Formats: sequence, structure tokens, C-alpha cells
Amino acid sequence: MPRHLLSIADLDRDGIERILARAGSFAEASGREIKKLPTLRGRRVLNLFYENSTRTRSSFEIAAKTLSADVTNFAASGSSVEKGESLKDTIQTLSAYDPAAIVIRHPHAGAAAMVSRWTPAAVVNAGDGKHEHPTQALLDVFTLTRRLGSLDGKRIWIVGDVEHSRVARSDILAFTTMGAHVTVCGPPTLIPRGIEALGCDVRFTLDELRDADVVYTLRMQKERMRDSYVPSLREYVANYQIDGRRLGPRQVLMHPGPVNRGVELSGDVVDSPQAVITAQVEAGVVVRMAVLYELLAGARATTPEPATPGPVLA
Amino acid sequence: MAAPRLVRAPAPDATLVVRRAHVLDPNAGIDAPHDVVVRGGEIAEIAPPGEAAVPEGAEVVDGEGRHLFPGFVDPHVHLRTPGQEHKEDIETGTRAAAAGGYCAVVAMPNTDPVLDSAPLLNAVREQAERDARVPVGFMPAITRGLGGTELTEMQELRDAGAIGFTDDGKPVTSAGMLRRAMRYQKLCGGVIALHEEDPTLSAGGVMHEGAISARLGLAGYPSVGESTMVARDAALALDEGARTHFQHLSAWQSVEALAAARASGAPVSGEASPHHLLLTDEAVLGLDTRMKMNPPLRTERDRQAVIAGLRDGTIECIATDHAPHAAFEKDVPFEDAPMGTTGLETAFAAVYTGLVRPGVLTLELVVERLTAGARLMDLPVPAIRTGAPANLCLVDLEATWQVGESGYESRSENSCFAGRELNGRVLLTVAAGAVAYRERSFALSEVGR
Repeated sequence: MPRHLLSIADLDRDGIERILARAGSFAEASGREIKKLPTLRGRRVLNLFYENSTRTRSSFEIAAKTLSADVTNFAASGSSVEKGESLKDTIQTLSAYDPAAIVIRHPHAGAAAMVSRWTPAAVVNAGDGKHEHPTQALLDVFTLTRRLGSLDGKRIWIVGDVEHSRVARSDILAFTTMGAHVTVCGPPTLIPRGIEALGCDVRFTLDELRDADVVYTLRMQKERMRDSYVPSLREYVANYQIDGRRLGPRQVLMHPGPVNRGVELSGDVVDSPQAVITAQVEAGVVVRMAVLYELLAGARATTPEPATPGPVLA
Repeated sequence: MAAPRLVRAPAPDATLVVRRAHVLDPNAGIDAPHDVVVRGGEIAEIAPPGEAAVPEGAEVVDGEGRHLFPGFVDPHVHLRTPGQEHKEDIETGTRAAAAGGYCAVVAMPNTDPVLDSAPLLNAVREQAERDARVPVGFMPAITRGLGGTELTEMQELRDAGAIGFTDDGKPVTSAGMLRRAMRYQKLCGGVIALHEEDPTLSAGGVMHEGAISARLGLAGYPSVGESTMVARDAALALDEGARTHFQHLSAWQSVEALAAARASGAPVSGEASPHHLLLTDEAVLGLDTRMKMNPPLRTERDRQAVIAGLRDGTIECIATDHAPHAAFEKDVPFEDAPMGTTGLETAFAAVYTGLVRPGVLTLELVVERLTAGARLMDLPVPAIRTGAPANLCLVDLEATWQVGESGYESRSENSCFAGRELNGRVLLTVAAGAVAYRERSFALSEVGR
């Protein structure tokens, strides 16, 4: 296990499977009446969110508390960040509190990786710009493997605004690492040029959607209409909305949330038996517990203490 | 009565002899070992190796195994004065230039305030007369405040010493405004230098649009955002007969557009920067903000096209676009970071190591392209000729050195080549007749009687 989780590319297939197995054991334990585990007792986890987030922040908080860590939440609004403090200074200040882990969500790509160079704490990327959201990818793989078993040879379509989606980027990498075949689909204006270099196919229509085992829809934000990425919501819905007509009975439907009902998904499919959207949310807690466990407790078990102190430089 | 175009601080005229260096000057047609005698700031004699008489009081510099080139001229640097002296100023910027073998540089106007009036130009020239280690020319803005809507007082600026005009950092978005500037150039002269970027295509892009930007989730700036503007403005230059220079070309389509314009007889020229000659967008994968510049690092195809353009003369000179930024400004996430890399202290060594040693370009061609900026800016081209002012740099091509994270003459450390091992060390620079730089460990072998 790497020291930080900055990108899903930090993990090979074994690394992903190890986290999934750990998450699976936490999922079994979560049926018990007393849910707390003592693993991270006395250790501090800082949640540092430079962007609004409901489910990611709260699931990291619940995950850390379930492992008995002491959790502190920092939001950029109302803090010294609003007074103009740089990210580097903020991290150096917070590092003085000796956190075991910093969970960071930031509007810019690479922020988590930069933070990892400025702090001795383990850093978990909870979303950096449009770049990556590795724990979302892990919980998506967890949810899918529970539903389908192995992803080897499975065909997964990711539909919608790929351009602006960190979830899409991490999912393409995670799904292909687990042996699935990924196709991204959306309006050409929202599919970045060169995305196929990540190892996926590109389609601009849903004509071949019936081939998919899994349909993963992305959130379509209203401001994309304003910037003319698509001419109108109406035309987007007509071309790309997943509804009861387009979704096959044996296809699995996923969405990272929050759903715009009536935009990327029709109301009926959100509540259909094919949808695993609620299961994704549930998986968020056990998968993030597994990530914190592997980074903070697992690593200690596998890295022996040096037998003698290292040389002291004059 | 127009003011001189280049200014520098007073410095004593050099009197020295460089013994047995391999003199390579494509402009003067020399490529052989010689002694070069500099007396009173002028090249007094070029003699067979070991045969020059040493003038009284002259330093004797051992050039054995080293190369003596004409000093380089950079038509595109950012010295940050006035207003951004925490990044660089005229003294530190020209010290960096001297350390890179440059004997003259041309400063861009995107300062704070923008260099767009004669009083401001007079003020920075006075400062250069106090602080500049090598001669500096200034290129004021085409439009007031780089705003793109009102012409600067180009005639008054020319009279005050302006080399030419540029809105560098920004394009002149309006074709109509640029055409006005080109027509007005008939009155005042001075090259018009253009940063080519269609803002509706670059549209907030922070790197080249392609597979790497798709992977990183960064907004991309496509190549056509540059090349369509090169083609547009070349057409205007041809129509007006306006002397026009395209800055820091980065895309293969731009090189093709420039070649087509030159074939049609447009009075246009172009420059290439060491980072576009040596790096691609792959370097951005680690999100190191030193790799963020405008125009961005593009693909291998683009890099090869820029190299080919430099080789065949479509692109006539190398310009560093030396763009210093303070560490705290670059120590932020990639999308937040300012654009630019330093370049003066690494340009020769980077190009020599990356392109000359592997045999991609000849040393002679690189030296020519490092001096040709002078001709394009209507400045005298440095030449190793008897009677010419001494503009020289002595280089040890075999010396290897590591580009550091710090320790530059420049006030800033944002070099895209940091960490690389380079060949080619500048040992001595003579600019406009005065010693401007001496490598610290470089000892004189003897002192003249």
C-alpha cells in the first residue's frame, strides 16, 4: 500500500482487491449492534474541504469515527483561507496538530499530491479538480463486484459530462485495472479529445448501449447549458437521458450522486431494481474505512521499524 | 533625434586576450582556433593561436579546449521592472542574461504598470543605465494597458528608444486594432511582435489540449488557438507590408502558417523557445508548475516541427521568454499557478545538450539562431570581427553541471530544466565591450605584464 492515496493509479489490481477485501470485512461487521472498532483510537484525521460536499465529507467522517479516530472538519469558507492564506501555509499550520491523515477535497488538479509533499501525514485525495476521485472509484468497484462478481470482461458505459468529471477519470482507470472494458459516451463537446489514451472507447450516441453490462451515468450540471456545451437541456435529455426505454432489465445502473432527476436519469430508473445508487452510498463508508485502515494501520504492520537509528547528519 | 535603442550601466572597457579558443562565429565566417585580443572594449586583433601580442595591462584568458562565440541576443525576456521586483529586476535579470552568455536582451512591457508611455519608458531606461549588466532594449505595448483597444503613442515611444511594440502575454485580439498598429508602423517604424492566442480557443486552458490534459482533467489550449492567429496576422502583415515578428511558436500548425506566409512574401519572422524545442506536454504529467507556460508545452509532433522550422530557417531565432516568478507564486496547484519558466541561464546549455550533442542541430546553426534576434529587432548583430565592439562568450562545452533548484543569478528559481544534467558552461561574457560575467570557479591562468 502506498503511503498516500492520491490517484487510483497509485493502486494496482492487487492493491484494489486488498482494499475491497478489507471493506468487505468491515461491511460484515457493520451489521453488529456496536459498530465502532478501536483501530485508530487516539489518532487524528483532518477533513479539509475546499469545496462543498455532503456525501464524501460525511462518509469520511463516519468512516474515521467508526474506526475511533478523532475527526476534525475544516471547511475553506469561514477559515483563514478566506483571509488569503495559501494552501501550503494552511497545510503546514494544520500539520502542527500532528494528524495521522489529511483528507482533502480541492477545486484544482494535483492539490492532494502537493499537500502530500508538505506534510508528514498520510494524504487521501477526496477529489482534486476534474482530475481524480479515487475513493469514489473504489466504492464503485466495491459496489459492482458485490453485484456482479468479477469485473473481468464486463462492459461498462460511462455516460454524460466526461470532460468535467473526476469520477469518470478515476473510474475509467479503476474499471480497466479490474479487467472491465470501458466505453465513454456523451456529446462530443463534453468528451475530452484524447480521452481514449486512458484505455477506453468513445461513442457519441447511445445506439450500442444494449451491449453494456453496467450503465454509469454522470451528473449533468445546468451551467453546461449556459456555456453552450450542449444547446439545450431538452436536446441533452433526448439524446442521453437513461430512462426505462433505454435501460435493459439486466443492466446495472450507477450514479455518483447527487442525481438530477429528469435530466441524466428519468425518475423511474432511479428507483428501479437495476439501480445500485443507494448501495454506492453505503459502500462509501466501508471503503473509506478500508482506505484509512490500510494507510494508517495496515502500513504499520508491514513496515518494520528500523533496527538501529539512522545516521545523524552533522 | 531618436534615443539609442540599448542602454546599460557604465562599466570599464575590457582589455584582454583569449588564447587558443576555438572561435566559432557563423556571422563572421570563423570556425577555427584563434587568439582574440580585446582592447578598450573593441576587438583589436584576431590572430593565429598563441601568436597575439598581449596589450599592456591585459588579462590573459586561457581558451584552450574552449569555444568562443559571439554574445547571444535574446529578443524576448521579462525583467519585471516596474512593479514586480519580487520576481526579478533589471539588475538580477541582466545578471542572469550575462551568466547565460547574452550580450543584449529585449524586455517585454507586461509590467505593473504596463510599459505603454514615454515617461515610463524613460524611467525604466534610466534605471537600466544604473543597473543593467548587459545592454537592454525595451519593447513597449502596442495598446494602452495591454487592453487591446487604444494604440500607445508609438511615435513618441520610438523617439524615446522603443525597439518595437508588443502586447506580449496577451494577443491583439481585434484584427482591426492590429491593422491600425501596422499602418501606424509606417510612420514610426519598429517591429511589431505578437503573442498569438485566440482567447475564444485557449479559453482558460492551462496546458496543451490532448491526451495528457484529458488524463489530468485540465482545461486544454488547442494548437489551433495559436496557429489561426499566426495565419490571420501574417495575412494582415502581407497586406500592409508590416514588419511583424511571431513570438514563442509552439505548434506545428503555426510553423506551417509561418512558412506559408514567408513563401508569399510577408515580412514576418518567428522565434522558438528552448522549452518548446526540448520538452513536451508529457512533462506536465507530474503537475509540476515549472512546466506551466504560455504557450504551453505541446506534443512530440509539435516539438519536431519547431525544431525543423528552426533548422530550415522558417524560425529565425531562439528566444528564451525568460519569465521569472517567485517560489510562493509557483508553489500552488497547477491551475492556480502563473505561466512561465526562467530561461536565460540555461538556454545555451539546454539546447546544446538536447539538440547539438545528439546531432539534431549543428553548433554553428544554434549559435547563429542565438544571435539572430538582434537582426530581427533591427539591432547590430554581434560579430567577432576586428574593429567591432566586443560581444563574446567563452563556453566550455565539455563541462557538465546540474541545473539546480536554486542558486541562480536570477531572483527566481522556476526553471523547467531544474534537476537536469547539462553540458556547456558559460565561463566569461563580454557585453558591449565590458566583462559582464565570469564563472565563479574560473581562474585566470596568468595576468598580462
